Amino acid sequence: MTGAELWTTAAVFGPLLAALVALGGRPWTLKAGLALGSGTALAGSLGLWVEVTRQGPVRHLLGGWGAPLGIELWADGFSVAMLTVTAVVGAAVSLYSLSYFGDLSELDAGASPAGRAARYFAPLWLLLWAALNGIYLSADLFNLYVSLEILGLAAAALVTLAVTPKATVAGMRYLIVSLVGSMLFLLGVALLYTEFGTLSLEELAAAAPAGPMAAASLALMTVGMAAKTALFPLHAWLPPAHAGAPAPASALLSAVVVKGSFFILVRLWFAVYGGASDGGLLLMGGLGAAAILWGSVLALRQRSLKRVIAYSTVAQLGYLFIMFPLLAPEGLGAGGASGPASPEWSDDAWTGGILLALSHALAKAAMFMAAGNMTYAVARDALRDISGVAHRLPMSFLAFGLGGLSLAGLPPSAGFVGKWLLLREAISAGGWFWVAIITIGGLLTIAYVLMVLRHALDLKASSGDFRPVPKRMEWAALLLALAAATLGVRATETFQILLQGGVTPWS
Amino acid sequence: MELTPLLTWSALPLAVVLSSFVPGIAIMFLREEQTRLRNTLNMAGAVAKVALVGLMLQGVAAGASYEWALEVIPELSLTLRGDALALLFVTLSAVLWLVTTLYAIAYLEESENRTRFFAFFSLCVTATTGLAMAGDLFTFVFFYEALTWATYPLVVHKGTPEAIRAGRTYLFYTLGAGAILVVGAVWFQVEAGTVQFAAGGVVDGAAVAAEPVTWAFIFAFLLIGMGVKSALFPIHGWLPTAMVAPAPVSALLHAVAVVKAGAFGVTRLLHSLFGIEVAWEMGAAMVVAGLAAFTIVYASIRALAQDDLKKVLAFSTVSQLSYIALGVALLDPLAHAGGLVHLVHQGIMKITLFFCAGLVAQTLGVKKISQMGGVARRMPLTMAAFTIGALGMIGLPPVAGFLSKWYLGLGALGAGQSWVIAVLLASSLLNAAYFLPILKTAYFDEPDPSWAEGEKAPRPRWEADWRMVVPALTTAGFSLAAGLLAASSWSPLGWALFIIERGVL
Repeated sequence: MTGAELWTTAAVFGPLLAALVALGGRPWTLKAGLALGSGTALAGSLGLWVEVTRQGPVRHLLGGWGAPLGIELWADGFSVAMLTVTAVVGAAVSLYSLSYFGDLSELDAGASPAGRAARYFAPLWLLLWAALNGIYLSADLFNLYVSLEILGLAAAALVTLAVTPKATVAGMRYLIVSLVGSMLFLLGVALLYTEFGTLSLEELAAAAPAGPMAAASLALMTVGMAAKTALFPLHAWLPPAHAGAPAPASALLSAVVVKGSFFILVRLWFAVYGGASDGGLLLMGGLGAAAILWGSVLALRQRSLKRVIAYSTVAQLGYLFIMFPLLAPEGLGAGGASGPASPEWSDDAWTGGILLALSHALAKAAMFMAAGNMTYAVARDALRDISGVAHRLPMSFLAFGLGGLSLAGLPPSAGFVGKWLLLREAISAGGWFWVAIITIGGLLTIAYVLMVLRHALDLKASSGDFRPVPKRMEWAALLLALAAATLGVRATETFQILLQGGVTPWS
Repeated sequence: MELTPLLTWSALPLAVVLSSFVPGIAIMFLREEQTRLRNTLNMAGAVAKVALVGLMLQGVAAGASYEWALEVIPELSLTLRGDALALLFVTLSAVLWLVTTLYAIAYLEESENRTRFFAFFSLCVTATTGLAMAGDLFTFVFFYEALTWATYPLVVHKGTPEAIRAGRTYLFYTLGAGAILVVGAVWFQVEAGTVQFAAGGVVDGAAVAAEPVTWAFIFAFLLIGMGVKSALFPIHGWLPTAMVAPAPVSALLHAVAVVKAGAFGVTRLLHSLFGIEVAWEMGAAMVVAGLAAFTIVYASIRALAQDDLKKVLAFSTVSQLSYIALGVALLDPLAHAGGLVHLVHQGIMKITLFFCAGLVAQTLGVKKISQMGGVARRMPLTMAAFTIGALGMIGLPPVAGFLSKWYLGLGALGAGQSWVIAVLLASSLLNAAYFLPILKTAYFDEPDPSWAEGEKAPRPRWEADWRMVVPALTTAGFSLAAGLLAASSWSPLGWALFIIERGVL
């Protein structure tokens, strides 16, 4: 077994095995499962990081069986970056969850809602983790579909762990959206298979799909994935689900789960379809712009802490779609280079866009965990109830603030570097509309982050009841926020790994 | 005498930045009641910074240069460079941070949230020294934006609705302009192909002539970004509002950190990015000079109408800051020296004034000029320091402010812009018109009942807490010394002329 084969195996099957261990339902099995899953995912992603940096994209034929019969795993720089950020966020959230779900020794009283949440969080999350890693390492549409289904089921189940009526409804809605999304994806896959006779992403890319059938297939898959990614206007399911879930689940859903379907969209549009059409790219960018504005404005109007953060996710996901038109060679409308045959994709847009995705993952997880700490302490979620919490939980406050800086694109943060790159591409290409959107979005982000911080700082209304928050939960949030800040002063390695394969690895 | 550098360690600039960053972060994790540890960390950081800067000063004077860089992404680095120009600003920040820390420890004794205050106080200075030593525009913007958010908790420190409102105004101006600055900086990189700062500028005059509109926009964007912190008219409005902050913050905001970051940014924009010749050819420098001249007079007139002492000082700051912008915008090396040296002179004089205003407010509860009758009899040392600062602002020798105005005037004549003389004269008259009445009230009027009534208790040995009086006297002493010892090569003026001679501007 080569190094690359070992690491891909660890990244996918490690968390899967860990999920089985965690099903044991004893405190030690939960801890062992989370430790095993975190360990294998971290080792796998870092190992692959080294391998891909050294030798470019790597391939692993499971059991030696190649396509079309066997399962093939494949990793380029994009895969590795997403795997790694998932592993870092995942490990921190795993640590967090151990304290969040309270005293694990009461697991035997599994009938109580809290006991059930404590019991099933770890196995569900580890299953989800395996599915996510599966998506990032898939080389064909079939694997993608299977991973996607597991991801959707596990994610919806995580929402319902909160066992409030609201969360149950939100979880059901999420499940339905997720299933419809997968169904549309499967339809698209079927169309592609009929037309081209292969499911391998690489072979499809070589076939350069074009024509009405290919377009219809892309449209179906795009709608499906956009729904799962909560791209405007298909975002309505997200805020109740992400705000209603237990804090560690919210962190995972907002930070890493939506990135799974985003990853698939990018792979399809660029790696397989070679950029599809200018009109399509513009449409995606336009929806992204609308998401930024609409999500931010709604975030400003929320009165509950977690809903602010959830709407912020809607807005921040918009930035990832602004990348679509900016990636296009020479900017759209400049060269008239429509169709798949343009090799010169913008490195700035690519690295900038993905850096924003990574920084959002780190920052948003930190913010949801910090918010979780605040609501854990005061047992309520309205903004006015967290008054004065900054003084009781300075570390969580700091984590929230640092995460907010990253979202707003203020230094020191990966968000600052990512926005610098996106702006550079937009200005080079003369896309002043995108410049305006990026800038306004940043200012709106500051406004809603500040709204939360101001409430947290408010001294006068500090209420009496205050439940002490385990230090581990505070550290987990702060560490991720610090990671987002650190990526803002040193992103060279990440930048370079993203260019291993780049946006169109098979061209 | 030949100097040899004592230390040629290239990471020295980083050490200077970290000397306030590390204590700042450490303080964040302290509990509110750990006063002694917090003060120790603060003072240790402040002393270490002065020592490190001293080493760097000696090295640069001896011909060494210090550069440290961290690659953020390929071809975009955080670059810290300790050269003569950077050191002018860094030395000012380091020295004033030290005295302000001592002052703040006393001023905020018994008040709430000191942990938060001192943590962000340190971060502010960190960002200031970082942008002072920024070797390129990317690094400058990085620290400039960080300074913006690090200052916010200080402005809203009191937590009153008024403070929150002031904080909102502050952010509205600075973050709005900051967003424009980022766009301008990226645009600059796209058009110029570099973000490096270099003496004489990096913009090609021919390129500007070919695309005048594009370059005019880039300049305007960058000027708005820098101008807001430098409080250039019409984007100065945040500064008088931010006066609700505690006195040490006002002192730091107005003398060192925020406003000087803006003034220094204008200098970088004109000299290190565009180059002053190119800036004149494209007419941009004239715009800066005109705006600055207008701001000088306008803000002085506004200061006349204030009764709140800190408001007077705030408008005075707005006015005095534009001396720096005016000096560096003129096409004459003596004007540049005048502008640069005013960066330091205004700093030490204005911080003296704010220290004194804070002392009077803290000790007697006097915040309005109309209540200041007889204050000089009760607080002679404080008012002596205040007087030195005020006379300096007016421009009377031998206080340092006189030298700034002298060099600005000489430079204006050299550049053939004799109208500047009229501006300088008008401004000096206006300065006298709002500062002299304050002095007259404090020295010659009967003690005002608003504070004198409560003064039956036996006087403390000092007129106020010595930890606040000593910093005020120290900076007042600096203001005098900078004027009296101006001929020394280690005086601010000597250093400013050294910068011009070295050609590092």
